[in-house]
Amino acid sequence: MKVLNLIRLALLALQRNKLRAVLTMLGIIIGVAAVITIGAIGAGSTASVHNSLASMGSNLVMVMPNSNAPGGARLQGANVETLTEKDLNALKKEATYINAISPSSQSKGQAINGSLNWPTTIDGVNQDYLAIKNISLKDGKMFSDRDVHTYGKVCLLGQTVVDNVFPKGVDPVGKIIRFNKIPFQVIGVLNKKGQNTFGQDQDDIILAPYTTVQKRIIASIYFGSFNASAKSENLSQAAADEMEKILRKTHRLRPTQDNDFTVRTQAELIQTLSSITSLLTALLTAIAAISLVIGGIGIMNIMYVSVTERTKEIGLRMSIGARGRDILNQFLTEAIIISVTGGLIGILIGETLAFVIANALNWEPVIDKASIMEAFGFCTLIGVFFGYYPALKASRLDPIEALRYE
Amino acid sequence: MKKILELHDIAREFQMGSEIVRALKGVSFDVFAGEFVTIMGSSGSGKTTLLNTLGCLDKPTSGTYLLDGVSVREQSRDQLAKLRNQKIGFVFQAYNLLPRTTALENVELPLFYNPMVTAAERRERAANALQAVKLGDRINHMPNEMSGGQQQRVAIARALVNEPVMILADEATGNLDTRTSYEIMALMQDLNQSQGKTIVFVTHEPDIAAFSSRTITLRDGRVVKDQINQQVRSAKEMLAALPETEDYHI
Repeated sequence: MKVLNLIRLALLALQRNKLRAVLTMLGIIIGVAAVITIGAIGAGSTASVHNSLASMGSNLVMVMPNSNAPGGARLQGANVETLTEKDLNALKKEATYINAISPSSQSKGQAINGSLNWPTTIDGVNQDYLAIKNISLKDGKMFSDRDVHTYGKVCLLGQTVVDNVFPKGVDPVGKIIRFNKIPFQVIGVLNKKGQNTFGQDQDDIILAPYTTVQKRIIASIYFGSFNASAKSENLSQAAADEMEKILRKTHRLRPTQDNDFTVRTQAELIQTLSSITSLLTALLTAIAAISLVIGGIGIMNIMYVSVTERTKEIGLRMSIGARGRDILNQFLTEAIIISVTGGLIGILIGETLAFVIANALNWEPVIDKASIMEAFGFCTLIGVFFGYYPALKASRLDPIEALRYE
Repeated sequence: MKKILELHDIAREFQMGSEIVRALKGVSFDVFAGEFVTIMGSSGSGKTTLLNTLGCLDKPTSGTYLLDGVSVREQSRDQLAKLRNQKIGFVFQAYNLLPRTTALENVELPLFYNPMVTAAERRERAANALQAVKLGDRINHMPNEMSGGQQQRVAIARALVNEPVMILADEATGNLDTRTSYEIMALMQDLNQSQGKTIVFVTHEPDIAAFSSRTITLRDGRVVKDQINQQVRSAKEMLAALPETEDYHI
């Protein structure tokens, strides 16, 4: 029988029981919509994590102090004092895989402008810091090498600090603020970066020359960390290895001794986090897929009922010339039409939901053509798989018995 | 004259548990083109088994059955389906129309299983068949919107649409009142006389048999009587002679 005729016959048969066909479809619709939505959310969240980490510089290499004391109380990394100016100069001179490196000395304190004040963090860095961390300026300029050498009392403000210590409409550039009683001239404002993946506000920061922060605020010659930018994301591991070697040398560590610092790359972090979200997505998708299988079983159930209920119709069709395989094909086609139509509606709903959710969470909507094709093919398979057995049963009916069935 | 059916010593046995039931015990007769034959018999006479055999729904255990020159006993299941599709037009007691399907679509049905017919041709032939049973104005009605007589006429149109060599009716008036029965018989007679359709009509009502040109009577799986009807009654005249119905008006 011609395919077109088959489809027409199947449609006629489905039309006679629209409500049932729609209810059967519902299982597939929900299953497919769930798979697509969850898949898209997963892909979206992975991309979001990746983007937000990459926005801090995907070629970033970080060095943190670390205690290597074999016994006694082990101190938290931040309280360990191992990174010094000597390390910084050695890295600047010898490390070949990095473009730039900036130290970082942080201190918490109160930013004050007249009657307004705000608790924030001051980060002592050098002039290369903005490039390393992928931060851009909204207004003003970055401090210079000279400011670093002269312990310049200049600073750049993050947007959150600006919002809290300057009244609306006032341009902060050129104004003086105080941080822990020390006056700083504002020479620039940073562009808004928003929260990072861990919910930390990246705009709640004041940047100042590290020399100023070390001398005037924390009174320490040690650094909290180093941030360096590798020449490319791919070179960040090589850069990390090289930096480790240099630091071991300047710290005069014997081969048997552990590092008294930690070198970590952003690429590593991105990979770890991405693999977690991918795993979660895979798990959720698997659960959604179960509902799709249940939808398929729904089709099988209804097709069975349908074959029994339409026994007389099958007998009639056989008496007017339908062969067993015509009956088989018709019921199979009905099952496929249900599953594929359900699949198409499910894809539509799933993509719409994915789009709405992506919009609400400010993600790039991820519409994956391959996953649509997969869902479509999978629905056809479900139709064939779950429709085959009932259809086979129908095709094997004896026309005489079937005609007599009441 | 061309022989449409040739039955020679047809026997049909069924295995019922350990017993063998012999439903037909050597039935022989021929039917020529243009005949209107009724097959009579009480229940248990083998009437239904013979009908199933004639309709190629069942194969005889022994004997030869030639339908339009084709030996049915040697056909496969699929070939039987093809024979039913192209050589036989069934009319059933319970009409067997598909519910919630228009008259036209019901009549089109056999043509779906005929690969030679295109979609446009299918529609046209179905409409013509409905015209032939005087239902040209009801082609888009559903079965539940039609009377029993109209439904049976749709079923007859469905039997005619593939231009079979024989119409095989199984108690086709069994569910109808007298007036409607006569109407259906008048239609059958008209198809037989003006269009030369060969009709085999299985019934247990002698009243109905009187409209046919020949009656074959079965008893206990054997033909006991096979006679030409000398005085064929006209269903049209009988219908006219019926008192005006008080039941309903068409």
